[in-house]
Amino acid sequence: MLDIRNLHARVEEKEILRGVDLKLKAGEVHAIMGPNGSGKSTLANVLAGRDTFEVTAGDVRLDGKDLLEMNPETRACEGLFLAFQYPVEIPGVTNTYFLKAAVNALRRSRDEEELDAMDFTALIKAKANLLELDTSLLSRPVNEGFSGGEKKRNEIFQMAVLEPRLAILDETDSGLDIDALRIVANGVNALRSPARAFLVVTHYQRLLNYIVPDFVHVLVDGRIVKSGGKELALELEAKGYAGLEDEMAARN
Amino acid sequence: MLTLNDTVQAYVAEFHARAAELDGPAELLDTRRRALSRFREFGFPTTRHEEWKYTSVAQLAKTSFVPTQPTLNGQARELAIAGVADCRLVFVNGRYQPNLSFITALPGGVLVTNLASAFRTQGDLLAAHLTQQARFDEQQVFVALNTALMQDGAFVYLPSGRVVEEPIHVLHISTGEGTPSVSHPRNLVILEDDAQTTIIESYVGLNGGAYFTNAVTELVAGERTVIDHYKVELESNSAFHIATQQSRQGTGSNFSTHNFSFGGALVRNDINATLAGRGSEATVNGLYVVGGRQHVDNHTGIDHAQPHCNSHELYKGVIAGSATGVFNGKIFVRRDAQKTDAKQTNQNLLLSRDATINTKPQLQIYADDVKCTHGATVGQLDADALFYLRTRGIPRVEAEALLTFAFASDLLGRIKIAPLRTMLEAELFQRLPKEARA
Repeated sequence: MLDIRNLHARVEEKEILRGVDLKLKAGEVHAIMGPNGSGKSTLANVLAGRDTFEVTAGDVRLDGKDLLEMNPETRACEGLFLAFQYPVEIPGVTNTYFLKAAVNALRRSRDEEELDAMDFTALIKAKANLLELDTSLLSRPVNEGFSGGEKKRNEIFQMAVLEPRLAILDETDSGLDIDALRIVANGVNALRSPARAFLVVTHYQRLLNYIVPDFVHVLVDGRIVKSGGKELALELEAKGYAGLEDEMAARN
Repeated sequence: MLTLNDTVQAYVAEFHARAAELDGPAELLDTRRRALSRFREFGFPTTRHEEWKYTSVAQLAKTSFVPTQPTLNGQARELAIAGVADCRLVFVNGRYQPNLSFITALPGGVLVTNLASAFRTQGDLLAAHLTQQARFDEQQVFVALNTALMQDGAFVYLPSGRVVEEPIHVLHISTGEGTPSVSHPRNLVILEDDAQTTIIESYVGLNGGAYFTNAVTELVAGERTVIDHYKVELESNSAFHIATQQSRQGTGSNFSTHNFSFGGALVRNDINATLAGRGSEATVNGLYVVGGRQHVDNHTGIDHAQPHCNSHELYKGVIAGSATGVFNGKIFVRRDAQKTDAKQTNQNLLLSRDATINTKPQLQIYADDVKCTHGATVGQLDADALFYLRTRGIPRVEAEALLTFAFASDLLGRIKIAPLRTMLEAELFQRLPKEARA
């Protein structure tokens, strides 16, 4: 589904991604782990089309289509979704209005009819239940005055409503207490399907107890230095990133 | 092209030609003469004048406008009278149209009529209030011009304790066809103690032509009165719209005024609110949305003349294309006005590189125990918010429109009359710049 080859990206003069190679197949959950500043969030944002990062080399294909050629909204229409590390507050736009605009934009791109008010309401009620989301949040402006946990839950709620084929979760666990973490993870697990792939970016192994990955990759200094199964996350937890770096150094 | 002096002389000549038909009590004719000589003396302001530094009326001053007869075809009638309020006074090119107007049943003693009628029947009220609020010194030549030449407008009077629940809609339509026309609408609203009403004052242009609306509205509110006032400016894009609003409110009264400026080539609003009684409260809000080569200038003045008064002011602007906006917000706190609480906010959203805003708060405080705050911001659409919306599949143009609408919508949200709010939301959406529209 997703094929990343030799991806290089920089912000201003600083090179952050220095040759990332990664393949995701439908139905798989991949975790990207790495120390602070390794480029995890940059990778997530570059894939979503954020223009503050400049792609200097490499190629990204989503089902064979050139992802880097697409603007952010086209990527969304192609089925990509980014759950933000820091969800943006949008005063004056209610969650419901925002989601309806998003749902209908995606439907238009697939030549489907726009949802009417009743169908839409039924859809978001069901998904809000899934995420144990307080429905009063739906009529509030997007993320405005939400707690950290509510913002993250709102991200996964949007994902549940928009049903992407490829979901990228950028540090979704940061700032969550254990209950919120469980709810968010349940939401993600409910969406796991053979047609859908996940790229879970996280600093800590904790999230991966709840969202069990098929593959774990370690990103250090803008490159994937190690890949493995879910046990790699436990190994990292035990040794820490420093231990891994020592191991890499010893091997070199 | 006429010279400035020629046009000033043309207005003077118009006054003399029409002196016989200019209605009003005898004293008013003297006032008209004084106003005319003020206008002749000072002429049109130039940008050297501090209050007109960013707004040039040179084009207006050079154009020859003539009063035009009211004509309105059926389709225009439908268009102009949307169902905002049942009780309405309709004026076309400055003259009252009884056949388009509709006065609902009103509480005893309440008068909702046109000024030209009131000239004949309400001499005492006019003598007491007309021209008493909107003064015409050197800084108000347009008020002077209006006073000299005013013929018609709304006249609303509520005796003590009367409450009119339904909004009263004062609709000024300019047909904007043929020779550039001028009108000098003059509205007078008088509330005796404990009265309450809601007034919508709107200005609509029907065709694209050039015309000049020179309006003056005076509001006099007694003790413990409540007025909700909405001014809606939807002039045509070639129109000149100059309007002065002067309110004076008594002890324990509550006055709110909401100014929406969407149309016009050149728009200037002078909105002055005097808190003349203890413990009174004024809300002075505005929203201006302009694009293309439009120019909109809002000068507000809130005069805290008495102690324990509150004023809240929020003006927001959306400026696109190569349009320009001006906001000048004066707050005076007189020496006796202790315990004043005044808050002023001006926020501007610039949607293009060529859009311009000049914003200036001016606080003059002569009392020592007061709370006055002011803040002005100028910004662009939030890039993070834009990206966030786009990652959810919302196209860039639609995302920009959504954020622009959201910026402006809190002022629309404060409109208490649902049909007016709906109408202005639609109007706002339609006027969002082309490059920021779905």
